[in-house]
Amino acid sequence: MRINWIGIPAALIFLMIPSLSVAQDSVENLTPTDTSVSEMVTEDAAAEEIEAQPAAGELLLEADPGLDTSGMITVQDKPNDAGDQLVVTFEPAVNPEGIQCYNVYRRIAGEESEDAWNRVKVIPADEPPEFIDGYDPEYPIKPGIFYEYRIASVSLENVEYFGSVYGAEIAAKGELFHTNKVRLLIAGGLFITLIFYYFWKAQRGTKMYLRPIAGIEAIDEAIGRATEMGKPILYVPGISTISDVATIASLTILGRVAKRIAEYQTRIIVPNMDPIVYTVAEEAVKQAYLEAGRPDSYDPDSVFFLTQSQFAYVAGVNGIMMRDRPATNFYLGMFYAESLILAETGSLSGAIQIAGTDAVTQLPFFITTCDYTLIGEELYAASAYLGHEPKQIGAVKGQDACKAIVMSLITLALVLGILDLVANTHTLDWFRNLVTVSIVE
Amino acid sequence: MKRTVPLMIVMVGGILMMVQYFIPHQYSQVIFNNYLEWAPIVGAFALILGVGSLTRLHSHKIRRKAQNWQYSWAVLIPLFGMPFFALIVPQSLGGGSDVHGVHDFLFMHIQVPIQSTMFSLLAFYIASAAFRAFRAKSALATILLLAAVIVMLGQVPIGDVLGKWLPNTGLWILRYPNLAAKRAIMLGVGFGMLATNLKIIFGVERNWLGGAGK
Repeated sequence: MRINWIGIPAALIFLMIPSLSVAQDSVENLTPTDTSVSEMVTEDAAAEEIEAQPAAGELLLEADPGLDTSGMITVQDKPNDAGDQLVVTFEPAVNPEGIQCYNVYRRIAGEESEDAWNRVKVIPADEPPEFIDGYDPEYPIKPGIFYEYRIASVSLENVEYFGSVYGAEIAAKGELFHTNKVRLLIAGGLFITLIFYYFWKAQRGTKMYLRPIAGIEAIDEAIGRATEMGKPILYVPGISTISDVATIASLTILGRVAKRIAEYQTRIIVPNMDPIVYTVAEEAVKQAYLEAGRPDSYDPDSVFFLTQSQFAYVAGVNGIMMRDRPATNFYLGMFYAESLILAETGSLSGAIQIAGTDAVTQLPFFITTCDYTLIGEELYAASAYLGHEPKQIGAVKGQDACKAIVMSLITLALVLGILDLVANTHTLDWFRNLVTVSIVE
Repeated sequence: MKRTVPLMIVMVGGILMMVQYFIPHQYSQVIFNNYLEWAPIVGAFALILGVGSLTRLHSHKIRRKAQNWQYSWAVLIPLFGMPFFALIVPQSLGGGSDVHGVHDFLFMHIQVPIQSTMFSLLAFYIASAAFRAFRAKSALATILLLAAVIVMLGQVPIGDVLGKWLPNTGLWILRYPNLAAKRAIMLGVGFGMLATNLKIIFGVERNWLGGAGK
């Protein structure tokens, strides 16, 4: 029997056509009726899409009736900010069972992509459903831009269940005045006016008395001693930068001290830790020698930069003290942990020491080891004492007047406190509310 | 001109910074942030002047064979040696445990121990200063000594063993008399800063201008 090799495959194809047709019909019949299969496919696709989002849970799904989601989201502009913060409040899930936290997502309104959602906050389920959006520098809020929010309830298994998307009805806006700083503005204005009043009074020639400060009066004596001994004077302008007011005060004193030193023809050594302070100090000393009529006596090597490392600077200054043996050491400005190491070494070297700082924690060290110490504000007043210029003295009197006001308020609070104790009233609380200024919002 | 321009810059800048404190608007913040960004840039350029000053001072000493001139080499060699080694292995500047350049080695094995040594001297100096401060030479010095003893004993476990009143009294001294004194100083410092700032902003204090101030 001869086999028809072409006929066999042809017959097989012929037989397969009806079976393929039957299979296609069965699928077509199934699609419109059995929706569960379609939804399963859609859910899988959605899950794949959501999985691509950043910082989400291990497995991300669309809303599942198994875990309740949060309700309405309300967005408000935060007052007194630069237009970079929004206050977001939401209704927590009615049934919080199984929810460990809420993930808050944000995107710019109008963006359709799922990738545009950024997780901006995680709020534990037991915490208030409110937060200030805009703190995270990675996802800043920009003024004038509208955002959309959605919140996912996160299960104990770290699965996210998303609620609806809510668009913010307002955009963040920056304010022109910080309403919480009104009291500060009034107090600042009052104190500035007082200081200006005393400037004006001093300029008119009114004689003002300044109580003598031993540390400042000893400056001349200390310079004289160094001159007699033929030894140099060491001036340390602190280790802070020029942006520190104590450093600026120190540099103004340096100018006046250097002038006296130039008059006495003594050598001054000014090691600096900050390069900007060094340049200003150099100019101040140079000018002082010029004013004293001895520009030729100015030694360019007397003011120099040492190092920006704190303890290397201490080592350098201590080395100068032990090698050059200055007769007088001035430590005026801002100091930190090195204050005692400097002052104690100076004390061991036998020098007269005059210190001054507004660093409260370093004052005890200076008081213990130095002959004279300018405490806090005395450092700022020293320039006025040395210069004897009317406006400078006016500024010191202005400071005193400001302190008198504060002391009066403290006394009033004390009286009210006693009154509350005796008469069982609450006047101190009223007074406290009146004068308290919140520092941290 | 040499005096007026810096004074005007300081006055405008100072008033602007005072006013911006009360304006939270984004434009006000931009000005403030720009200022904060400029400050380190100016500092970086000033550092060049600083290194120049240090080099000049020590090269003069070496040239003149001034007293202790040999120590100047101890300044100049590391001053230029460390950047040189950092250039050979620039990664060592970034730190990290897996980079071991010469710069890193010198920093970790010379500079850090020396700095720690300097800092540790503080302990001995505190003991020496305390010995001097707490000598009961007068009634006030005796009160200071007593207060110090109570506060110190209140901070260590043995104080608790000696009596509950010790830590409580120590805490009371810190919280009331000590804090009151601190606040009084800080109040004066605050007004001092305010007055100094006003003097500088309005040109009453010009010493900081150096040669241009007069």
